[in-house]
Amino acid sequence: METRKIAQMGLLIALAMILSYVESRIPAFVAIPGIKMGLANIVVVFALYRLGFKEALVITALRVVLASLLFGSVLSMAYSASGALLSLVGMTLLKKSRLFGTVAVSVTGGVLHNLGQIATACLILETNAIAYYIPFLIISGVVTGIVIGLAAAIVINRLDPDRKVKDDEEDDEEGV
Amino acid sequence: MKSTSKKARILRDLCLIFALVILGLASLVIMRSRGTEGAYAIVQVNGIEISRHSLHMEGTIPVNGGTNLLEIKGNRARLVDADCPDKLCVRQGWIQYTGQCITCLPNKLTVTISGGDDSVELIL
Repeated sequence: METRKIAQMGLLIALAMILSYVESRIPAFVAIPGIKMGLANIVVVFALYRLGFKEALVITALRVVLASLLFGSVLSMAYSASGALLSLVGMTLLKKSRLFGTVAVSVTGGVLHNLGQIATACLILETNAIAYYIPFLIISGVVTGIVIGLAAAIVINRLDPDRKVKDDEEDDEEGV
Repeated sequence: MKSTSKKARILRDLCLIFALVILGLASLVIMRSRGTEGAYAIVQVNGIEISRHSLHMEGTIPVNGGTNLLEIKGNRARLVDADCPDKLCVRQGWIQYTGQCITCLPNKLTVTISGGDDSVELIL
């Protein structure tokens, strides 16, 4: 069981890194620093639902460190680490409340990720002028969060360990 | 139980999303309504003001030792060129109202519009 989990986590870290790489190759579609798709968050949401908080935390931490070293810089590590950590804590709390579905959890994660990043940017640039971007970052976090949440919900349902093979799929399509 | 709670969850999800969108739009409206026509473009690196330029003049000025190129025209300011790879600061376009800001993260540089009499207009 333990070995199985290690293998699963290794696989998920690799997947998260590939998604981070793919995303680093996509040019920014909005001219505001910090706005991203957050593709790797699919993996984190999946890990949160299928493995647990500790496992999701390990995956997030390793993903941030490795992806920043390979595709970014030390500075980008500071931005993504603060965003990813804040986002993971928020998503865990929301999931624990059992009131919301995957989409709301992911949306909260997206918004908190952006807010964590801008807070770090305020500290690094030593100015609060960039608080000007907060409205745009909230809205972009919601939009990307919805997309990522829907994608994560599909993956979470499809990879249900209790689910029989060739189960009919209209039963629980989304919103775990 | 699963199907009934699922509907309630989707509804709560929508409420949360709606609330966040409202929050985003409200903060946007508040920030916009507080902005007035600016008088200066202030260039800051690492939170330290390195230069300020009147918006009433026209011209293109290299700032921060030439990493970014500031253009001022018609009471507006923008960055026309930068040595950073993503050029997000250039794509952010013109700014003209107080509190508006252009950021170049790789160069740790911000251009903020200020009202005039006071030093730096801080929003927050």
